[in-house]
Amino acid sequence: MQNGKNYKAWLYLLPAIAFIGVFMIYPLIDVLIYSFEEGFNFASQSFFGTGGYNYSYVLHDPYFLQAVKNTFILVIITVPLSTGIALLISVGLNSVKKFKEFFQTVFFLPYVTNTLAVGLVFMILFKKTAYSDGLINLLITAFGGSAVDFIDGPYWAKMFVLCFYTIWVVMPFKILILTSALSSVDEMYYKAAKVDGTSKWRIFTRITLPMISPMIFYLVITGFIGAFKAYSDVVAIFGTNLNAAGMNTIVGYIYDMLYGNSGGYPSYASAAAIILFAIVLTITVINLLISKKNVKA
Amino acid sequence: MKVVLENLTKKYPNRNKKEGGEVVAVDGFNFEIPDGKLIGLLGPSGCGKSTTLNLISGLEAPTEGKIYFGGDDVTDLPPENRGVGLVFQNYALYPHLTVRKNIRFPLENLKKGEKMTNEEMDAKALEAAKLVQIDEYMERKPSELSGGQQQRVAIARALVKIPRVLLLDEPLSNLDARLRLQTREEIRRIQKETGVTTIFVTHDQEEAMSISDMIVVMKKGVIQQIGKPQEVYDNPVNLFVAKFLGTPPINVFEGKVRDGKVWVGPDAILDAHGVPDKDVWVGIRPEGVIPDPTGPLKMKLLNIETMGRDTSVVCKDEAQTGDSLRFIIASDAKIDRKSKTVNFNVKPYKAFLFDKETEERIKIK
Repeated sequence: MQNGKNYKAWLYLLPAIAFIGVFMIYPLIDVLIYSFEEGFNFASQSFFGTGGYNYSYVLHDPYFLQAVKNTFILVIITVPLSTGIALLISVGLNSVKKFKEFFQTVFFLPYVTNTLAVGLVFMILFKKTAYSDGLINLLITAFGGSAVDFIDGPYWAKMFVLCFYTIWVVMPFKILILTSALSSVDEMYYKAAKVDGTSKWRIFTRITLPMISPMIFYLVITGFIGAFKAYSDVVAIFGTNLNAAGMNTIVGYIYDMLYGNSGGYPSYASAAAIILFAIVLTITVINLLISKKNVKA
Repeated sequence: MKVVLENLTKKYPNRNKKEGGEVVAVDGFNFEIPDGKLIGLLGPSGCGKSTTLNLISGLEAPTEGKIYFGGDDVTDLPPENRGVGLVFQNYALYPHLTVRKNIRFPLENLKKGEKMTNEEMDAKALEAAKLVQIDEYMERKPSELSGGQQQRVAIARALVKIPRVLLLDEPLSNLDARLRLQTREEIRRIQKETGVTTIFVTHDQEEAMSISDMIVVMKKGVIQQIGKPQEVYDNPVNLFVAKFLGTPPINVFEGKVRDGKVWVGPDAILDAHGVPDKDVWVGIRPEGVIPDPTGPLKMKLLNIETMGRDTSVVCKDEAQTGDSLRFIIASDAKIDRKSKTVNFNVKPYKAFLFDKETEERIKIK
């Protein structure tokens, strides 16, 4: 390539590069630097020394360990479940003839609804107040169970609400992607399989699934990343004092370290952010490696 | 396996809801396909030939009528129980499976009792692949194969279960001209080697004529004519069949029969004893004339194209239908290139009369 053309190409790229540089690359590097500066103070822009102390502190902080545990439980439960259920619903939608578009709209509605508004609805469904036990508890007691406090009660109950909520919120997008992936599979493959006497289950596992596998892996990877970054959903249900509720997530911990009640510790926050980055990167790389082996289409 | 279609009819509800009613895609088909023959279903697009194929394969259910394979009534059987192999126009090879797995796929679906071991399936797949000469590429994905090779894999997959009837839907339409020629010979060879009764659908009359034992010419869901390709060409039952078969196409003139003669414009070109006086269409095959300065058919000469083996003469006449008239004569035939007009003698067996109204053939005794 000629040098002149090269120069021109860089010129055209300049706006994008400048933007990404200033708002992404620079902060990233800055966070990395903060994470090694001990006791950094925003006001005086000073720190005591450099080293791995921030990491050591964060990794020994019980609140952080709780946040990591919560996040991992959330990821491991919601990503496979939501993808699986979305696949089931999409396959169902795809086989429905009448009202197909109507159902698609219904399933997509939560996507355009505000997270906090949905959180409020979940509160009403699950929260115990002085006046009511919440709709779900009414149902449980109606069937002879004993009421559980889902918002301030035992850990498993809170985790259940959080997972339920997360699955419900991420579902519409997954259904949208999967229904379009399913309808993009050419009808002739099904016809060919039918002539060959393929059972419905085999058509699904041997033809449909491999053909939409790139989309499934896309959803799994973005699902993992999204669940690792969970924060607003948790706030919507449990409020801002997440450490006290024992329901903090890694992102929540980072936020608290920066601005929360225990705020003003940018060094710890940076170290936690870098740890989160490392976790997400590792998981994504593993995902990509697996998908390279298995996604064939 | 003999295939018999009895009064086979397929009607669809009209897509245009305002018009309502039904569209008849296949209208009362009756024909018998002898065992081990290659049959071409031929017709312009939208004539119901693919629907016929789908009905025979069982992918669609007929509105009326019966289908028999040998002595068995298969009308109500699902595709997998009919023992048909189907090759799709776009081959429908599974893109995520290798050639071997694609060919094996139908075998893996076999129900209990017929189940094969892995080795048996591989052996069968290899056998089918060898038959279509694709066995070198067993581990490739369809995307790594050329169109012609994909076609062979599709045929191998259709043949691996040894079907009673092999169905091909426009098997050559996705191939380039040279490959098409080669592949149609190949289909003929495979069909002869396996002896499977084969039905293929095409809109290309040359393709159908070149390899079929029998052709079925269709128009708007109605069978026009069934017969050996050459017989149908030499003896079309109506103007549609005459026009549809042959390249270059038949030359059609407006004419009339008067006093036992066929007139085209001012020329009495043929004797037509026993035909009552009436207006007719006169069809003359391109090869149906001999240049003769005293011949009765006189036309304006536009152009003479010599192409190796033969010469094509492009003419114009007031009575012609269609854009131009084209006749093929031997390249050593004498013809005055400078003349503005040309005269021909007409070969009686290459000229056909059709009723002006019904377009049915009028035989000259």
